[in-house]
Amino acid sequence: MEHLPHGGFILAAYLLTAAVLTGLFLWIFFDGRAQKRRLAELEARGVRRRSAGRP
Amino acid sequence: MPLRDLANPTRFLAFSARALPWLWGVSLVGLIAGLYLSFFVAPPDYLQGEMVRIMFIHVPFAWLAMACYGLMAVASLGTLVWRHPLADVAAKSAAPIGAAFTFLALVTGSLWGRPTWGAWWVWDARLTSMLILFLVYLGLIALWQAVEDPGKAAKAAAILTLVGTINLPIIKFSVDWWNSQHQGESIFRAGGSTIYPTMLWPLFEMVLAMSVLFAALLLMAMRNEIFRRRVRTLQLTAASG
Repeated sequence: MEHLPHGGFILAAYLLTAAVLTGLFLWIFFDGRAQKRRLAELEARGVRRRSAGRP
Repeated sequence: MPLRDLANPTRFLAFSARALPWLWGVSLVGLIAGLYLSFFVAPPDYLQGEMVRIMFIHVPFAWLAMACYGLMAVASLGTLVWRHPLADVAAKSAAPIGAAFTFLALVTGSLWGRPTWGAWWVWDARLTSMLILFLVYLGLIALWQAVEDPGKAAKAAAILTLVGTINLPIIKFSVDWWNSQHQGESIFRAGGSTIYPTMLWPLFEMVLAMSVLFAALLLMAMRNEIFRRRVRTLQLTAASG
């Protein structure tokens, strides 16, 4: 980007985009793992939804 | 599978589990192809030179920021009118993704504006209405967090979302209604696009890839929200003995 005028602005835009999208993905991914873990813990304690087992 | 079957959260979980690997694959291939076209096929702009490369991310984020809000408005109608069981799940899950895309539209626009306009920010109608969209997204996220009962939060958020839709035509037509520093409509306009096809097709490719990425993120977030509500139900069941 050194030979491009204003190359730093282009690089910053794409790097920031990559960082925000990666952060968003990781946040959603780890939130999903946390919810599934909590659900598994509750079910392991014998707590069941009334509709569990229905299609 | 008929669309109405997806109203059942269990069926939605099964459907989304099958769809997600395909969505991730298509978005990854689409983004790689889109970035290749944006950097190695699209020519530099005759006026802005290489700075036009920012358009290939700025425009998709701006469009998807608005499309996401439109989707939330439809979901809000689904909550208030049709009482669709997944409508508020979709609206709540879409809000943080819409906020992130709006943030990226604003920041990439700012990084594009500084060298071309000479300013990071101007209180222009297009920029200001996009900033308002971002603030509305943050308000909706805060509302969902503040109200513990998902049913009550859903109704309040649906009303606020529908009130906020007034901002969408303001964003869209702001460059026509007011003198704007932001460039006017150059893609979907009477008389055809003013963008040359060698730039337009890479732009459409990026819009498509980002749209599939948005869909993948939304399905993931909706699955999380369904699991969160099941956890809440089980916790209440356990607490009530």
